[in-house]
Amino acid sequence: MTVLEQPGSSRRKGGLPGPPPAWHPRVDPAPLLPDAEPHRVLGTDAALQLDAALLKRLYVQLVRGRRYNTQATALTRQGRLAVYPSSTGQEACQVAAALALQERDWLFPSYRDTLAAVARGLDPVEALTLLRGDWHTGYDPRACRIAPLCTPLATQLPHAVGLAHAARLRGDDVVALALVGDGGTSEGDFHEALNFAAVWQAPVVFLVQNNGFAISVPLAKQTAAPSLAHKAVGYGMPGRLVDGNDAPAVHGVLTEAVRRAREGGGPTLVEAVTYRVDAHTNADDATRYRTADEVEAWRAHDPIALMERELTARGLLTDDFAAATRDGAEEMAADLRERMHQDPALDPDDLFTHVYAERTTQLRQQSDQLRAELAAEAATDEPAQEARP
Amino acid sequence: MTPTAAATARKPATMAQALTRALRDALAEDPTVHVMGEDVGTLGGVFRVTDGLAAEFGDDRCMDTPLAEAGILGTAVGMAMYGLRPVVEMQFDAFAYPAFEQLVSHVAKMRNRTRGALPMPLTIRIPYGGGIGGVEHHSDASEAYYLATPGLQVVTPATVEDAYGLLRAAIASDDPVVFLEPKRLYWSKADWSPEAPGEVPPLGRAAVRRRGADATLITYGPSLPVCLEAAEAARAEGWDLEVVDLRSLMPFDDETVCASVRRTGRAVVVHESSGFAGPGGEIAARITERCFHHLEAPVLRVAGFDIPYPPPMLERHHLPGVDRILDTVARLQWESDWTEGRGE
Repeated sequence: MTVLEQPGSSRRKGGLPGPPPAWHPRVDPAPLLPDAEPHRVLGTDAALQLDAALLKRLYVQLVRGRRYNTQATALTRQGRLAVYPSSTGQEACQVAAALALQERDWLFPSYRDTLAAVARGLDPVEALTLLRGDWHTGYDPRACRIAPLCTPLATQLPHAVGLAHAARLRGDDVVALALVGDGGTSEGDFHEALNFAAVWQAPVVFLVQNNGFAISVPLAKQTAAPSLAHKAVGYGMPGRLVDGNDAPAVHGVLTEAVRRAREGGGPTLVEAVTYRVDAHTNADDATRYRTADEVEAWRAHDPIALMERELTARGLLTDDFAAATRDGAEEMAADLRERMHQDPALDPDDLFTHVYAERTTQLRQQSDQLRAELAAEAATDEPAQEARP
Repeated sequence: MTPTAAATARKPATMAQALTRALRDALAEDPTVHVMGEDVGTLGGVFRVTDGLAAEFGDDRCMDTPLAEAGILGTAVGMAMYGLRPVVEMQFDAFAYPAFEQLVSHVAKMRNRTRGALPMPLTIRIPYGGGIGGVEHHSDASEAYYLATPGLQVVTPATVEDAYGLLRAAIASDDPVVFLEPKRLYWSKADWSPEAPGEVPPLGRAAVRRRGADATLITYGPSLPVCLEAAEAARAEGWDLEVVDLRSLMPFDDETVCASVRRTGRAVVVHESSGFAGPGGEIAARITERCFHHLEAPVLRVAGFDIPYPPPMLERHHLPGVDRILDTVARLQWESDWTEGRGE
């Protein structure tokens, strides 16, 4: 950060008093400001410089991601998932976030970011246990360095800051990347997390996926800021604005922010402008709050289509590569389908196992009670009643 | 006096000093312990409980944070996820409410939702309760909110020795502890030696502070001295009262409480928290469920009124006092009342 010189103490002869005594170093806001337009790579000269291997890697993940979204949505229709908040249309953000991190780094996803977790390497089935309903978090966050998919909005952001700060206190060069939506930026925890991150210069990157809507409420009713990236300036960190459907652009901006954080440069706020093509969840009716024309305009700016145009222009989208990519995605979907249709083995006694490190006397009694109820139920061979009047 | 004897000599110490010593010893013994909160660094906390810790252990071990309780607790969650053991200070009871969502949705549930992968060894110190003439928002007895949240432990010391021992036990616990410090007891004194601070008790054990045969007063934190005073005064009325200090509201020590009530046959629960849906209702129900045939009278409560915390010039009417406790003990259906027709 650039610290400006303190304001001068010159005063008019016999006139007004000087400025108040200074106690706070002033920071030049100019370098923190985001660009006026979202940063883009695809279709520009910069795209020609992109590594072909990276482009192909991003493309494979985008196609897999899209297939994952359609498969998970299908699983909700078949009653296997209680709900699925699809990230169709936002795959570039999801994939770029996962690929911008090193193995030792941590990802802090929200409930719409299952895909980012899967692109980072999480078992697609483990990522969905929350939504299948067998356990809240189906994976060990420490093993994969992915925090639990977070449902209360923006509350995972301070966790990312705390973890990043703790890593630095311990001398580890670990970076935390936290994901949030446009609606989440209105939450108090968003503000507090960004403020703590900047004050502590914590190695953390915030990615706002601005997909236009918080369920039904459009961005215009969410904020009056020039852009969400501009909010960074008030905290003293750089704000970056990027085309969220341009996968290499998002990947580049995030990679740079992660590098900066790792090298001690502090936090960055990235706003990726994208669009939620599907409804909020399968339980939502998006036609009540947006027009088909608007959705069509965004479909024309689809992250996969944009990549295909680039790959084709560079002669990288060969028939073999396209087919292998498609087949790989189908294989993943078939495996997901098959394993999601297996009934998970549930032990009702697990309800009491992880409330505390050790069960309290009262929890032991309640566990005994449930066990006795289940034994009696098995003895009389009555089906379990889901709900009692 | 030998140097060793001098070092372990018991001399008057305040509860605040015992708490400071507990934090200091925890910081010295365990490098993963980090104290954090508003004004805990240079100032030493508004109650001076963290006095000297930043100077001794550095700003990273005793961290002044921005003024934002949700941010403090939320970042502490992330630190715990990375293997640290944060000790968070909330400045006052009512100022802890902004952190409520982090506490309920994450601190209390993280171990459970991750099947034990992410334990939350966090201690959240909160000065609580009234009786210090505080202006509004500085005197809430907020324990009932925390007790309604499975996954949390709720602990409150009432003696100088317990302030040290329970805080050490809370910090050592692998589960989150809401550690409620009775403000009006911060400057209470007892003979205590920081060099021989006493045993670190396991959380979840109540203590019988006074033996008695006729009725049990069940209390905790700021109301313990009031109950002990009431028990002394009751001797003049011919009642021999037992006093149980819960120390830990969660886990709850049914065994000690019920053993006492089975001996005495009568019980009064005393706390500052409002009576409606307060801890006393739960405690009375537990006693009734477990000791019904031993009870000579319904379990009664002396609690704060069901009102927002009053202004300081009126707070004495709200807080459980000796007279109200004795009046309540008198309503425990003593046989003479019934024979004289004075029962309810």
